[in-house]
Amino acid sequence: MTIEHHVGDERLLAYGAGTLDEATSLLVAAHLALCPACRSDLELAEAVGGALMESDRLAPPADETVLDALVRCIACEDDEGSAAAAAAPLGPFVLPQPLRGYAGGDVAGLRWRSVGGGIRQVPLKTHGAGATARLLSIPAGKSVPEHGHSGFEATLVLAGSFYDRGSWYRRGDVGIADSAVVHRPVAGPEEDCICLAVTDAPLKFVAAVPRLLQPFHGI
Amino acid sequence: MKAPGNVIGFPRRSFGRASAGRSEPADATDEMSDRLLAVAEHGDRAAFAVLFRHFGPRVRAYLLRAGGDAGRVDDLLQETFAAVWRKAGQYDSRRATAAAWIFAIARNRSIDAFRRERRPEFDRQDPAFQPDPQPDGEETLATRERAESVRAALAALSEEQREVLRLSFYDGESYAAIAIRLGIPVGTVKSRARLAFRRLRAVLGGRREELR
Repeated sequence: MTIEHHVGDERLLAYGAGTLDEATSLLVAAHLALCPACRSDLELAEAVGGALMESDRLAPPADETVLDALVRCIACEDDEGSAAAAAAPLGPFVLPQPLRGYAGGDVAGLRWRSVGGGIRQVPLKTHGAGATARLLSIPAGKSVPEHGHSGFEATLVLAGSFYDRGSWYRRGDVGIADSAVVHRPVAGPEEDCICLAVTDAPLKFVAAVPRLLQPFHGI
Repeated sequence: MKAPGNVIGFPRRSFGRASAGRSEPADATDEMSDRLLAVAEHGDRAAFAVLFRHFGPRVRAYLLRAGGDAGRVDDLLQETFAAVWRKAGQYDSRRATAAAWIFAIARNRSIDAFRRERRPEFDRQDPAFQPDPQPDGEETLATRERAESVRAALAALSEEQREVLRLSFYDGESYAAIAIRLGIPVGTVKSRARLAFRRLRAVLGGRREELR
């Protein structure tokens, strides 16, 4: 699996620094679970952080009472034994963590709700006033009605594929659209396309019917 | 179970390698990575104590910069090192120095503690996680070499670029906050960060292009 479309340096580094909103952080974390290249970039940022921390020689010496408390803590953890370690969940899963946690399970076990045109969604609960996140399922070969954007839209493919503006997007790929983009992504023919969509403003549908439905479905 | 005998003896191999190092007594890179591996491999409490004495003060200083009061910072310090003990088995010396790995844990703890919204993380143990491809022997730098090349790459940046990276990667400030602090436009902060990061990647991130 080769990922061709990434989240972008700025978003990745903001995720690393902890300055990105929760919904977009969820998308970046799910992309990172699938993308060794972006993890390697994040590790580069951490290497810089580690080097800066290492070079800090002004700090007062360690507090031995904290160390004592830690060692006591470790001792009682050992007493409880390693049997307490949680059993690893059994795959395979379509949704990587942390997505399953937000959705409450993997794709097949979710309560999908129709938004029209065969497209179904599962809204994900994130905090903060900014962006919102939802899982979308687009039937194989079908298109999302043509729409523009008031803000930014990022779409991470989790199953199947979609075609948009000259490129294919497959599992792990992230499509980014901003207010300059009006598009009509089409799901690949092989299977239903499952993706995570994060938007920071409602979409602007071009045709009248989805526009009329929009207030009810909230996309 | 408590094993008091274990607390006294240091792992022998660490001493041999540290003393064979060049005349930089302050560079504890290899030694610390070895200690972390000793914690992972046989729950070495003496090695853990060495790690705490070396990194504890630095992690505490970092957490104080990140904005905690002293009481909260001491809790977070303890949480960080409890996680170092618990997760040591996940440490991979081919991917990170001990400093970078412990920094990432401390940073994640401070983000969880100091920001209101959650910041979800991926999970390497998850069955749906896409593992790293096996690195070729040649391109895997020794921990010390990597630490040195990070320092050299940082030193080669302009003062302005370094400052933005420090505020962003280390202090965890947003570009908007950095712009206010430095009295420059957000666009300038972004372009400095982007250029600095690209230069670092050009020097250090040879794997990136290959992984793409």
